[in-house]
Amino acid sequence: MMSSVLESSVADCHPANAPDYMPVAQLRELQLQRLQTVVARAWHQVELFRSRMDERGLAPQEIRSLEDIGKLPFTVKSDLRDTYPFGLFASPMKDVVRLHVSSGTTGKPIVVAYTKEDVDVWTSVMVRCLAGCGLHHGDIVQIAYGYGLFTGGLGAHYGAEALGATVVPTSGGNADRQIMLMKDFGVTAICCTPTYFLHLIDRAAELGVELKELPLRVGVFGAEPWTDSMRRHIEGLSSIEAFDIYGLSEIIGPGVGCECRRHQGLHIFEDHFYPEIVDPATGEPLADGNEGELVLTTLSKQAMPMVRYRTRDITMILPGQCECGRTLRRIGRIGRRSDDMLIIRGVNVFPSQVEAALLEIEGTLPHYQIVLTREQGLDEMEVQVEVTPRMFTDKIGALQGLHDRLQGALDHVLGIRVRVALVEANTIERSQGKARRVIDRRTS
Amino acid sequence: MKIHQISLFVENKPGHIAAPARLLAKEGVDIRALYLADTQQYGILRMIVSDWEKAAQTLEAHGFVVKVTDVLAIFVTDRPGGLADVLEALDGTGINIEYMYAFSDVRGDEAILIFRFADPDAAIARLQAAGINLLPSEELLKK
Repeated sequence: MMSSVLESSVADCHPANAPDYMPVAQLRELQLQRLQTVVARAWHQVELFRSRMDERGLAPQEIRSLEDIGKLPFTVKSDLRDTYPFGLFASPMKDVVRLHVSSGTTGKPIVVAYTKEDVDVWTSVMVRCLAGCGLHHGDIVQIAYGYGLFTGGLGAHYGAEALGATVVPTSGGNADRQIMLMKDFGVTAICCTPTYFLHLIDRAAELGVELKELPLRVGVFGAEPWTDSMRRHIEGLSSIEAFDIYGLSEIIGPGVGCECRRHQGLHIFEDHFYPEIVDPATGEPLADGNEGELVLTTLSKQAMPMVRYRTRDITMILPGQCECGRTLRRIGRIGRRSDDMLIIRGVNVFPSQVEAALLEIEGTLPHYQIVLTREQGLDEMEVQVEVTPRMFTDKIGALQGLHDRLQGALDHVLGIRVRVALVEANTIERSQGKARRVIDRRTS
Repeated sequence: MKIHQISLFVENKPGHIAAPARLLAKEGVDIRALYLADTQQYGILRMIVSDWEKAAQTLEAHGFVVKVTDVLAIFVTDRPGGLADVLEALDGTGINIEYMYAFSDVRGDEAILIFRFADPDAAIARLQAAGINLLPSEELLKK
């Protein structure tokens, strides 16, 4: 009995979690100091930021309180695309130790950079996430997020390793091998997208592996929105405790915020990431408890400071302090976005990217529709393209060639495998002359 | 000597050939030859019809994507070697067959081969030089 009490308190008392419990006044003071530093740094190093400050006649030293953050200009996703690849860097390349790439809103990707200090901060917030989920030294953690340009895999990996856990870096894909290793290695925790875990649950059942009988006890799921009903479903089928983790490459990657064991919202590691909620239409700040767009400012980022970055994620800051004792503010779980971004198998996809790919191949934009479905727990994306007189030929090989070129361009631009279906002209439903671009048949 | 063939894009789903067939029937257009080239997902319905202009107009008016291409019709006796003779005439000429299909009249001993050539004019010259019977459209469409 002693040991179980000890075990849970040991997890929450990991030394890395100390800032989670900082007295509020001290936290605000630290935030202000860091905000002033990051604004000065961005103003000195980043031309775009300086010019926007100049337009407002605003100097860095005019930021005297945390409320003054509202005077600062926003940063939006297209800023990262417009300054591709290195335009927003505040550190010289020799100090940059890592680059990650995420999808942009059109063909061009966005690049994010990290100094050694940034990677250390990233690792520390991931340690705080995982420790908050009850993981510790001795856990065996399977990282089934993609490794590589995507921040998910490496971010979770560094955190789990620094926590002192044993890391199994399976990356994404190959469900049968994931399940075999989970079973053979006695994996106790898994990090992946919630839909991928649903897929693993289904596959395990087909393989006759009873997840409930494995040592697996924690799942840290992120990179896409998911619901409480999905959590109940997952927990019912696998006997794990499922945690929601939040992050985005533009800010740092996974580890911007995470649930604690109370599961009442996600704590934002606000000693590094300052959260605001604004009206998505007007940009006006909203009080705690009001739903709006999450805006984040990196307080300690060196290589690529982000000031008031518009995440497009709709949520609210939950009023009051969490029962867990952390002084960090919490956001509600994210259910929707203020733009048309789709999240498919954890990958961000914009309809505008699909248009860019179709235009590139066709020269003109045919009517198209994106149809999203979930098959065996995995998101599937089909792009239906109406065959126009310009595209049509009486030769089947030429039509197949067109199909393959469209497929290739979409795979290339989106970075995920999609299905392309050529459909008859005038068969995609149009409402008031405008086609509905996205049909989402996924239910969660 | 060229014959106008009309091609339609159709999805490979139940009922997708019935609609254009019904439209043509309503307009009194007779389908003389038909061939469906298909993949798992979609197909190309190629037809030689009694009135290609009316057929194309009707189908386009109903939202179909139609393509009109020139093909050649070759008349052969329905006997072993009929096709081989034609193909041999083209051997070594560099004349490229995009695709072909054939139909025979069950009542007689005649077969008609439909060829889509990359260069129909070159093909006409070569086939005529080899003494092969090209069927003009009036003949082909004659009942």
